[in-house]
Amino acid sequence: MQKITRDQLIEKAASLLGNGTVSCVLGWEKGEFDYDVTPALFETESELREKFVFGDFCGANLSKYLVSKTRKCEGRILVFLKPCDTYSFNQLLTEHRFDREKAYVVGIPCEGMADIERVKELCGDGISSVTADGDELVVTTLYDDEPVRVKAESVLAERCVNCKSKKHVAYDELIGEDGEVLSSARFDEVARLEAMTPDERFAFWQNELSKCIRCNACRNVCPACTCERCVFDNPSSGVENKAAANSFEEKMFHIIRAFHVAGRCTDCGECSRVCPQNIPLHLLNRKFIKDIDDFYGEYQAGAEVGSRAPLVNYTFDDLEPGEVFERGGQDA
Amino acid sequence: MQRIGVFVCWCGSNIAATVDVKAVAEALKSEPGVVYSADYQYMCSQAGQDLIKEAVKEHNLTGIVVCSCSPRMHEATFRKTAAAAGLNPYMVEIANIREQCSWVHKDIPSGTEKAIILGKAAVAKVNLNTPLTPGESPVTKRALVIGGGIAGIQTALDIADAGFPVDIVEKNPTIGGKMAQLDKTFPTLDCAACILTPKMVDVAQNDKIRIFSYSEVSEIKGFVGNFDVTIRKKARYVKEDVCTGCGLCVEKCPQKKIPNEFNLGMDNRSAIYIPFAQAVPKVATIDAEACTMLKKGKCGLCSKVCTAGAIDYKQQDELISEKYGAIVVATGFNPISMEKFDEYAYSQSKDVITSLEFERLTNAAGPTAGKLLRPSDLKHPHTIVFVQCVGSRCASCAEKGKEYCSKICCMYTAKHAMLTRDKYPDTDVYVFYIDVRTPGKNFDEFYRRAVEEYGVHYIKGMVGKVTPEGDKLKVRASDLLNNKQLNIDADLVVLAAAIEPDKSARPLATMLTASMDTNDFFTEAHPKLRPVESPTAGVFLSGACQGPKDIPETVSQAGAAASKVIGLLAKDKLTGNPCVASSDELMCNGCSSCERVCPYGAISYIDKEFRMPDRTVAIRRVASVNPAVCQGCGACTVACPSGAMDLRGFASGQIMAEVDAICK
Repeated sequence: MQKITRDQLIEKAASLLGNGTVSCVLGWEKGEFDYDVTPALFETESELREKFVFGDFCGANLSKYLVSKTRKCEGRILVFLKPCDTYSFNQLLTEHRFDREKAYVVGIPCEGMADIERVKELCGDGISSVTADGDELVVTTLYDDEPVRVKAESVLAERCVNCKSKKHVAYDELIGEDGEVLSSARFDEVARLEAMTPDERFAFWQNELSKCIRCNACRNVCPACTCERCVFDNPSSGVENKAAANSFEEKMFHIIRAFHVAGRCTDCGECSRVCPQNIPLHLLNRKFIKDIDDFYGEYQAGAEVGSRAPLVNYTFDDLEPGEVFERGGQDA
Repeated sequence: MQRIGVFVCWCGSNIAATVDVKAVAEALKSEPGVVYSADYQYMCSQAGQDLIKEAVKEHNLTGIVVCSCSPRMHEATFRKTAAAAGLNPYMVEIANIREQCSWVHKDIPSGTEKAIILGKAAVAKVNLNTPLTPGESPVTKRALVIGGGIAGIQTALDIADAGFPVDIVEKNPTIGGKMAQLDKTFPTLDCAACILTPKMVDVAQNDKIRIFSYSEVSEIKGFVGNFDVTIRKKARYVKEDVCTGCGLCVEKCPQKKIPNEFNLGMDNRSAIYIPFAQAVPKVATIDAEACTMLKKGKCGLCSKVCTAGAIDYKQQDELISEKYGAIVVATGFNPISMEKFDEYAYSQSKDVITSLEFERLTNAAGPTAGKLLRPSDLKHPHTIVFVQCVGSRCASCAEKGKEYCSKICCMYTAKHAMLTRDKYPDTDVYVFYIDVRTPGKNFDEFYRRAVEEYGVHYIKGMVGKVTPEGDKLKVRASDLLNNKQLNIDADLVVLAAAIEPDKSARPLATMLTASMDTNDFFTEAHPKLRPVESPTAGVFLSGACQGPKDIPETVSQAGAAASKVIGLLAKDKLTGNPCVASSDELMCNGCSSCERVCPYGAISYIDKEFRMPDRTVAIRRVASVNPAVCQGCGACTVACPSGAMDLRGFASGQIMAEVDAICK
């Protein structure tokens, strides 16, 4: 279903490694199963040929790994970025989280990534392998003799159904053609939550957030969460010790995190992708993005390097706080 | 562990009437860290302060909580007390149990409960206080006065008189302001020009004063003692230092149909103009929007006739940067627009005018050379109706008027009425009023004279409607004292329009981070005890920018502001505020969020080497705060995603402890 192949990417990486442009490659490797692909750093061509994968489960956004990898790796790092990943890349540069010169960005087109949860809905549990075949995925399970074929389109991740952009906003070179910024229905679900009564909405979030097991996966994967020391890991922050209190996860952890990334979140959707409890965490961030768009004009974090996010900027035309409060009140 | 003393003040009955002060002192005794607790009638008095000092010595206190009035009132007092007792002054916290507690509660149980909670919060904070030492910063011995009306002029003259250099920034081509437009001044009826123009000349000739006319302040950075100001000198297309003000260009300019602002559009001026004969600086200015040469590149007549060669069509706006130790705001006022007051037919008839327009009509340098002629047909009006409080004291008409009393209208209307009757005894003069307010030295006598000696008809009641009919204005009004409707055929109607702060004040307040009230008047640091200082250190207020004022009041406030400025500039060094932000470099990400929200430009970044966990070394970008520039506003601490930025004396941990104590 992806238009480019694993081999194309390996060839590109091998040649850049070979001519010394880069000293290592940030890509993906297969995990236990076909569908739990994880980010990985490759230093040699043989490593690449052995472990590198690319396909419908390479949703992981590699931008954030540059923060730690550029500190460790001598020389430049080749990083493969899908269009939506380049927004995170720019946002990280805006926040001076790594040196642009240490990254070599190869922009790759993306046809949308698959969500294993949706595959499971159609094919059941016990999936032993998933392979792409044209615009279909061939799924074998432990319980069926015959593989099941599903349309790749029907198992797209929500963030890909509502894809915000096929355009790379940062790259050193592109494989394939660049796309356009798209208009999507990504705020529809937020609007549905806004239409609820406060009690309904509270019940909705309490139900969702009470599933949280505080595995910290959302925070660890989030490209906006690159603090040297997270407030939740810092005993003197005054937040950390409250994390152990009752119902904290439900009410506070995710909301504090949403506030911390407000105005910086590019809506890459990684938080919801990695959540083992399938909490729709991205909706909290999208609410912020929608409000910022409404109050201060459309703003896409990471669309350009160095842009001043509305929340850390002041202009004479800014809404008065009272107006924000009033509008918020009407929505609530 | 701290050893904290709690001191609960009665403030006479101010606090003690609604708060059981003994119960508060008793309850706080058992809070963590508290070793001593007492109450006293007036803690701020000498005896109260002595009580604190003795307790510090006797009980070996390390921290103090005073439960009293607002910290804005007496925090400084109690810090001094602590310092005198040998404690660091920043080990003192005030629990405001007066303004935020006793004054807003009616019954003792709820007042007492809240006072105890506020006290507990302060104790929780002091437990985390650390001694702080302020730094020092130098003082630039130069003052900036924004606005060149009588307020700005008087302030500048007084500061210069003390030997300090002053710059006046005036947005118009000349200084003088509203007073230059007035004819006579109450209550003595001396002519405004006779008392103002000598002062304008004094300003021009004073070698300590520089005038930036036709200029605006475009940027203000820095802090008390060290303001960096950028002044935009607008292109006037005339070389100021070359022009002699001979006026030949004004005479020859073919473009003569431009409404004259100085006469409020009641006559015309040329495209190149000098606002009035006594203008300072007496230099011509080209109105770029009216000049044919600047618009179409044709004409150039003024340049040809100018013997001094002062005309420069290529002149550009000039940016001037200067450092100042103090800034005085003297941006003044304007009458509000009468457009929305349809009932008075201001837009329909030329013969319905504002009082300021009336002022120009009676001024010898005005459009009628001082003869009182009505604008429509230049005939002498025989019946004049003055309407007071147009847009003032108008709580119900907030969309067009003002809630406040404009203060000066009663007196100038009495003046106008009296002068009209004096010069033209054949004129019937009516004044419609809600109340006549004439407090002030010789003010009420002045008004009584208008009524008793000059026979002005003062009628309590408001004008309901003015309808132009033929060459008359039909005035329908109510006479409240006689309880009847009046219909007057007037020749001229004069509206005492409410006054409002100049439109330039709001953006200026933003640049200065000075606070304003809802009407855009600048707020003073204390309405009674610090009336000429803005709450922003180093910013002072002069004249009507702070509230409606007449000339005597403006001049005395201008002098007061000057004396405050002199007091500041006389110092060589200022003690800084130690409650400034600082960044924990180990936690700082270098993300620039703090730098972006800092209104003072106090934050910069440095690249620093750090040992990372796995024995590697990384060069990381981290924030660094300039404590001399930081004002401790705390914006950065909120913007910092990782909590690396914190405010000394108001640390997040301290605030959280206060919140916890309140919510416990």
